[in-house]
Amino acid sequence: MHMEKYLILNTLSYPVLSLIMLVPLVGALISLVIKNETYLKILGLLVTLITLVLSLPLFTCFDLHTAKYQFAELRAWFPLLKLHYVVGVDGISVLLVLLTTFIMPFCILCSWRYIKKRMGEFIFVTLVMEAAMIGVFISLNTVLFYICWEAMLIPMFLLIAVWGGTRKDYASIKFFLYTLCGSIFLLVAIVALYIKTGTFFIPALMDQEFSFAYQMWIFLACALAFAIKIPMYPLHTWLPAAHVEAPTAGSVILASILLKMGGYGFLRFCLPMAPAATIYCMPYLIALSLISIIFGGYLALGQTDIKKLIAYSSVGHMGFVTLGIFLLNDQGLKGAILQMINHGITTGGLFIMVGMIYERTHSREIADNSALGMVMPIYVTFLGIFCLSSLAFPGTNSFVGEFLVLFGAFKKSVVVGFLAIPGAILAAAYMLRLLQRMVWADSDGHAHHHDEAVGDGHAHKLDDLSFRELSMVVVLAIFVFWIGLYPAPLLNIMDASVTHLLHQISVGGSVVPVDPHSGHQALLELGNWCKQMMTF
Amino acid sequence: MDTIITSKILLTSALPMLTALLVMFSGKKPNLRESWSVIGSILTFLSVLSLLPHILAGGTYEFTLATLYPGVNIKFHLDGLGIIFAGTASFLWILASFYCIGYMRGLDEHAQTRFYVCYAVAVGAAMGAAFAGSLFTLYLFYEIVSIFTYPLVAHHQDAEGYAGAKKYIVYLMFTSKAFLLPAMVIIYMQCGTLDFCYTGIVNGIFPAGANHVLVAVSYFLCLFGFAKAGIMPFHNWLPSAMVAPTPVSALLHAVVVVKVGVFSICRVMLSVYGVQILHNLNLGIITAYFVSFTIITASIIALSKSNLKARLAYSTISQLSYIILGVAMLTPSGITGGLIHIANHAFSKITLFFCAGAIFVATGKKDIKEMGGLGRRMPLTMIAFGIASLSMIGVPPSSGFVTKWFLALGAMELKSVGLLVVLLVSSLLNAGYFVPVFLKAFFGKELPEDASMSGSLENNRLIMFMVVPLLITAAISMILGIYPDLFLNIIHVMVGA
Repeated sequence: MHMEKYLILNTLSYPVLSLIMLVPLVGALISLVIKNETYLKILGLLVTLITLVLSLPLFTCFDLHTAKYQFAELRAWFPLLKLHYVVGVDGISVLLVLLTTFIMPFCILCSWRYIKKRMGEFIFVTLVMEAAMIGVFISLNTVLFYICWEAMLIPMFLLIAVWGGTRKDYASIKFFLYTLCGSIFLLVAIVALYIKTGTFFIPALMDQEFSFAYQMWIFLACALAFAIKIPMYPLHTWLPAAHVEAPTAGSVILASILLKMGGYGFLRFCLPMAPAATIYCMPYLIALSLISIIFGGYLALGQTDIKKLIAYSSVGHMGFVTLGIFLLNDQGLKGAILQMINHGITTGGLFIMVGMIYERTHSREIADNSALGMVMPIYVTFLGIFCLSSLAFPGTNSFVGEFLVLFGAFKKSVVVGFLAIPGAILAAAYMLRLLQRMVWADSDGHAHHHDEAVGDGHAHKLDDLSFRELSMVVVLAIFVFWIGLYPAPLLNIMDASVTHLLHQISVGGSVVPVDPHSGHQALLELGNWCKQMMTF
Repeated sequence: MDTIITSKILLTSALPMLTALLVMFSGKKPNLRESWSVIGSILTFLSVLSLLPHILAGGTYEFTLATLYPGVNIKFHLDGLGIIFAGTASFLWILASFYCIGYMRGLDEHAQTRFYVCYAVAVGAAMGAAFAGSLFTLYLFYEIVSIFTYPLVAHHQDAEGYAGAKKYIVYLMFTSKAFLLPAMVIIYMQCGTLDFCYTGIVNGIFPAGANHVLVAVSYFLCLFGFAKAGIMPFHNWLPSAMVAPTPVSALLHAVVVVKVGVFSICRVMLSVYGVQILHNLNLGIITAYFVSFTIITASIIALSKSNLKARLAYSTISQLSYIILGVAMLTPSGITGGLIHIANHAFSKITLFFCAGAIFVATGKKDIKEMGGLGRRMPLTMIAFGIASLSMIGVPPSSGFVTKWFLALGAMELKSVGLLVVLLVSSLLNAGYFVPVFLKAFFGKELPEDASMSGSLENNRLIMFMVVPLLITAAISMILGIYPDLFLNIIHVMVGA
């Protein structure tokens, strides 16, 4: 085993990757012994901030010129199975790790008032969640990857089931079943890969040349898991339910980071390990992505619940991500990765904004939150920034990502490019509709709810943003414009890895001949199986 | 001909934005707030003026602010075309600032701070569009104009205002997302850059081997994507936008917003595609006939409108297409006629809207039928209206005549009888819908309920805030007809290069 040839071992004075995974876990353990709510919140904030600071060298010390896995740590773990503890990041995962450590402090901050019960458990669950998410992005062996992948499931389930809204049972179980269903196929694929190759080491698995039929099965099993996670039409139905019922912090984690697991999985497993199958399935996945983009946008247009609207918009945005991934060209992949980061910041910001207004009016209906323009001008300004960012307004972060994905799409085929355009139009339509209704009065020109709110005894006074809330949205807005105007640092980081990934696909795709017959057969069998499951 | 690279040119679009901030923070003190508007507009105009000598000498200014992706820059580049638009718009903003004081206070409008803030930002974004040095920069400022004019159109916050504003934003956002976005991607795919061509208007940025079908497709996507230009069938937002207060209709929907659209189309035709490629693919002449349809149809619709602002709106749609018609002729005279109409139409049309607003504030009347005898009570206003109407019709020595002269020359250079007929018919139609207003005001009968009132309505102090600016713009629209050299020189430098 020459694992070192894929790795650049960590040269920082501390084991950065292990540490950013361990610090939240230690923090979670400490949270179990603290009783005071304020101390708990401060603990959560401190731990997430320390993690963020510890992760910053990943950005500053990152070597832009190599596609190898950097900051790597390699230790024997279970010699009998040739299992090593090996972690490392390349240009793709480092951005997602940074996104995770960046978003988590916001999750604590936005829960400051929102979470009213079981604060200790909440901090515990959130910190465990952070450790697991970082683990997924940094692990370079399939076992650790799968452990962390599954470890995310329970905390997220609890976030929804304990601190969720009125239909939390339905939403949490739906989320759990969907994700678990996908995970099982991932597990099968991981075991199958181990049996075939005798290694759990992900970079080594990428270098294998599997037969086309084998690639097809690996691809389908992994793709199912990741398509549920990202989520792709028609496997998206768990997302709106989960988003609506989850507390703000849950929604932010879900939208900003959990959905990215799917995209990351595609990039880490499907594309490099099964390049020939990827090329074979490309048209189907592009078609599904386009359907997701348009269908998600179309459904978002009809929502009256703000959170549901943003949830469906996520389906559309993630459609852009999968579209970019499966275009299999430079611009598409870069656009997709950038769009994952952008979506994390923008949609995270939107959910935080929704949480703020929910704390004030106790309603997520657009109609109950209209005409805020005169009452909360600062809130409305930032809502406007995040809405415009979400609809890919030029100068904001999403524009760069969307432009790159569209460029890749037009390069692949003008038809695919034009088919993606309705998604951009719909994004403008539902976001401007949301903005219009929340900022201005409803159609009869009156804002009556404020009077009612004052009249019904337990008045919800609509204060504008507090310092804590303002600090959150200001930081996020800075990133919206920073990436929108100067995305070069992010694009540079992913450059070498994306080039390497494209190289892997083109080499792998040409060595193993694409066999339409066995590909067809595999798809057919999957289709039959799905049909049986439906009738069952 | 040298290019000066300086961040100074950012100042012109930054000043209005700064003004907006100052206005926002002095919202509680109306006098201070309006002073900021006036001072900001004057400084903006001066900053444009300071750039003029170098442009007249054949030079250009350039500055790159940010690079998003290789070839996708936020870049500023000022040349003759840009300074015509920027100069006109910033000068009219000064007059409009005074006019706003009269109008908004005269009607005691609500949310005046919001109004002034959005007004200033819209002007600033238009300046940015005028100074844009790449298609992306143009698109960026184009969209900022769309977003910040929404609150102005919805200003009254009643059902009518919301409906108009909704139509406004739906038209503009739909066209820019549906047409402009793919057009930009296709252009970038073909050329590898979105920067304009800085070496004259003959060659665009397209490489020699560019796919002709994609060139043509992207061209038409641009033509319809810049829907602010009001080319049919995407013109309907403009009449709806007339629910806005009249200063908005005057400065924004006769000058700034619509001219951003027209300017963008001209810019794309001249600096992205270039005369050569448009000529080779016959795109110029197709465009010319296409916009001719808008010119005639909009004029006919204007005839049928009795609401003064609606009539002016359709007149604007028709007149904007003159500009595109001129540039689409692709001959030196045609382009001159088109570009000079950016300024000529601005001065004349803003006068007409100013008059409409002054009439509304003084008498509460919107409908032409009710304006009988008004000439006797608001003589200055109606005389200005008459002068501006003559300019719209193209009677010498008004500025509109200069436009028609060059456009007719261009049509003859093309040996196109069809386009000449279009010019002739549209001039007759212009006369058909402007002259009756004038006649009615001076020779028409007063409505019975007005007969008892007498005396001038123009000696009120607030009304004077409105009458003086409209007299100035009317005078300038006449002066530009007698002495069009300044603009002709700028265009000559631009077209000649």
